[in-house]
Amino acid sequence: MIEPGKRVVVAMSGGVDSSVAAALLKEQGCEVIGMTMQIWDYSKFTADHGESSGSCCSLDDVYDARRVAESLDIPFYVVNFEKQFEKEVIDRFCDDYFKGLTPNPCVVCNQVLKFEVLLRRARELQADYLVTGHYAQLVRKDGFFALEKGRDRNKDQSYFLFTLTQEQMQYVRFPLGGMTKEQVRGHAVRLGLNVAEKPESQDICFVPDGDYVRFLEEQRGSGAMNGDIVHVDGQVLGTHLGTYRYTIGQRRGLGLSWPHPLYVVGIDALKRKVLVGEKHCLVVYHCYVDDINWLIDAPERDIEAACRIRYRHQEAPSLITVLDDGSARVDFYEPQSGVTPGQAAVFYAGDRVLGGGWIRESGMRDEGHDFEDL
Amino acid sequence: MNRIYLDYNATSPVRPEVLEVMLPFYKEQFGNPSSVHWAGRQVSGALEKAREQVAALINASPAEIVFVSCGSEGDNMAIKGTLTALKGKGNHVITTAVEHPAVLETCEALAKEGYDVTFLPVDKDGQLDLADLEKAITDKTVLISVMWANNETGNIYPIEEIGKIAKKYNIRFHTDAVQAVGKIPVDVQKANVDLLVISGHKIGAPKGVGAIYIRRGTRMATFLHGGHQERNRRAGTQNVAGIVGLGKACEIAGAELDDYYKRVRLLRDRLEDGILSQVPDIKLNGTPDRDQRLPNTLNVSFAYIEGESLLLNLDMFGIAASSGSACTSGSLEPSHVMGAMCVEVTLAHSSTRFSLGPETTAEDIDKVLEVLPATVQRLRDMSPLYNCGRTAEGCETCETVRRI
Repeated sequence: MIEPGKRVVVAMSGGVDSSVAAALLKEQGCEVIGMTMQIWDYSKFTADHGESSGSCCSLDDVYDARRVAESLDIPFYVVNFEKQFEKEVIDRFCDDYFKGLTPNPCVVCNQVLKFEVLLRRARELQADYLVTGHYAQLVRKDGFFALEKGRDRNKDQSYFLFTLTQEQMQYVRFPLGGMTKEQVRGHAVRLGLNVAEKPESQDICFVPDGDYVRFLEEQRGSGAMNGDIVHVDGQVLGTHLGTYRYTIGQRRGLGLSWPHPLYVVGIDALKRKVLVGEKHCLVVYHCYVDDINWLIDAPERDIEAACRIRYRHQEAPSLITVLDDGSARVDFYEPQSGVTPGQAAVFYAGDRVLGGGWIRESGMRDEGHDFEDL
Repeated sequence: MNRIYLDYNATSPVRPEVLEVMLPFYKEQFGNPSSVHWAGRQVSGALEKAREQVAALINASPAEIVFVSCGSEGDNMAIKGTLTALKGKGNHVITTAVEHPAVLETCEALAKEGYDVTFLPVDKDGQLDLADLEKAITDKTVLISVMWANNETGNIYPIEEIGKIAKKYNIRFHTDAVQAVGKIPVDVQKANVDLLVISGHKIGAPKGVGAIYIRRGTRMATFLHGGHQERNRRAGTQNVAGIVGLGKACEIAGAELDDYYKRVRLLRDRLEDGILSQVPDIKLNGTPDRDQRLPNTLNVSFAYIEGESLLLNLDMFGIAASSGSACTSGSLEPSHVMGAMCVEVTLAHSSTRFSLGPETTAEDIDKVLEVLPATVQRLRDMSPLYNCGRTAEGCETCETVRRI
């Protein structure tokens, strides 16, 4: 709850969620300032590829957000973070793919842009809080902040927020965390907000057509990166044009003929190898997670937690063992498939986020498969 | 909240006298100036009067004035129209690295099409070396395009000297005078300019109207085809009310030029002196010689903070200033002008432009001087750069700050 009279900066995307957040706070008597991050110059991009649509952060949305701010009669600023976005998000996105990882740029964007640079902008404007339309809840317990899932389980975005620090949480608020999407839509109608609800997109905002391979090649060029596609039993089944074109669990587009369906089960960028196997080969019992941010006091010994290994994953009960270097080994009580290096692993106790980090390595190497190449 | 507008280089309010003369052309005098009947005649006279008023301000003859929709259109027309018309003669353009995007990006687009473009560098104060200009000239050079005054720093360029050089080598000379007209004397004869561009909304006329001076006998290709308006130079029914407004604004600018210069210069100097004496660790962008700068413009970098933050904070106090050029999709881009002047990158990010106008008062300036130093200090206290500069030795940022 934000007290009336407080000055808040609302990160506005032009979509229904952040617009309702801004409108509700204004209604409650807060001094609301709208801000939108301009992070990517779509004019460079769409020139060759037609219109972008259905993404969350296009330049068009800057106009949408401006229109909403105007209708709410609140000050509105566009802040230009293109440089930071390119350096911190795009570069890392490309690096990760070429390292054989499958990156999650949304978490990085939250971490280094929204809750770092944008929050600083808000603080510079003497705002009490930075508000976003995320579906997640912050609960104050004993002087500490706990991050919890959003009330609407279908929309819960706590997974994307595991990098929050105690200091950031002092200044960040998620007013929609206790609402369902239906309630938010209801508020939009009640408040007369004329925000067209955009189709939900699974695509990354800077790859609006979903063709990330073309994006990578345009960013970094395509050199000789071809290599072998190898079956887990060691047999070479074919060749590929670059490991960055594959992700764990991928079945389509392998161009192999084999009696059983084959999946990508491993990627070795250094040796330019794509490892494939039958469905059961996707299953692992553990993984390693590094770069961990703990939202609780960092545990000194093993803890039990439910681990979510991608956004739309039902978290799996696990044993988390903190290793000497600060990273952790996650042992799933039930084997999990599709554990993908580069994705975030977030630890929960019930609704509460305990911490999270980046999957560095799935446990395939230790699983007793005959993976001499991995 | 008391609102203080110090962004006249971006745009200016329409003068009441200007609006007054425009209104009849939205009501009873609605005719198309190309029509022969009474309704058309009523209007075409007003158009020609406006042409005279614009011509008088820059010492041209009315037949040399073509009305356009904005400064950017004028600049595009001057550059592309020249290169197309003189295709047989050469394909080389000389311009500067500090032009307005209307010129700079036009030239960059032409370079992509295969034209040869030289972008003259500037020194750390943003000044040109005319020896560079002469050296750049080849037998293929068909156009020199140099702005009369820079929108960001206010630097005034030696247009008369450049005009002499252009004449000596018999090269066409275009100047974007959008920031100069109405602020300092502009005389196309004295300066030997062939093409000169004016924008209405910078001098108290409305947005959507501008003019280009095309010296008599200058061969130009047309790129807006259609009717025979503007002596076949630019098709399309004229924006009559806007043009009438532009005429009036030019008349006022001419009549008030001396007074304007003295008054605005005094206020600008008061702001400049105040900031320089009250805020440490700053850098003046542009030439320190105030006579060589527009009387209304001040551009300062505040070390350790970002211009964007400062602007937003000033806005919260009702003070409108600007950083870089406001022409890019409402966002705040680091400035190519600062880049050309080799302003160190963090300082370039903190560059802030105050541009005054005829409506600016001494109280406005004093209010800025009351708010600004404290705001800068507050932002510095929050800045990681500032705190590092205070404690760590050899912080690179400190080296580049010129204490004035």
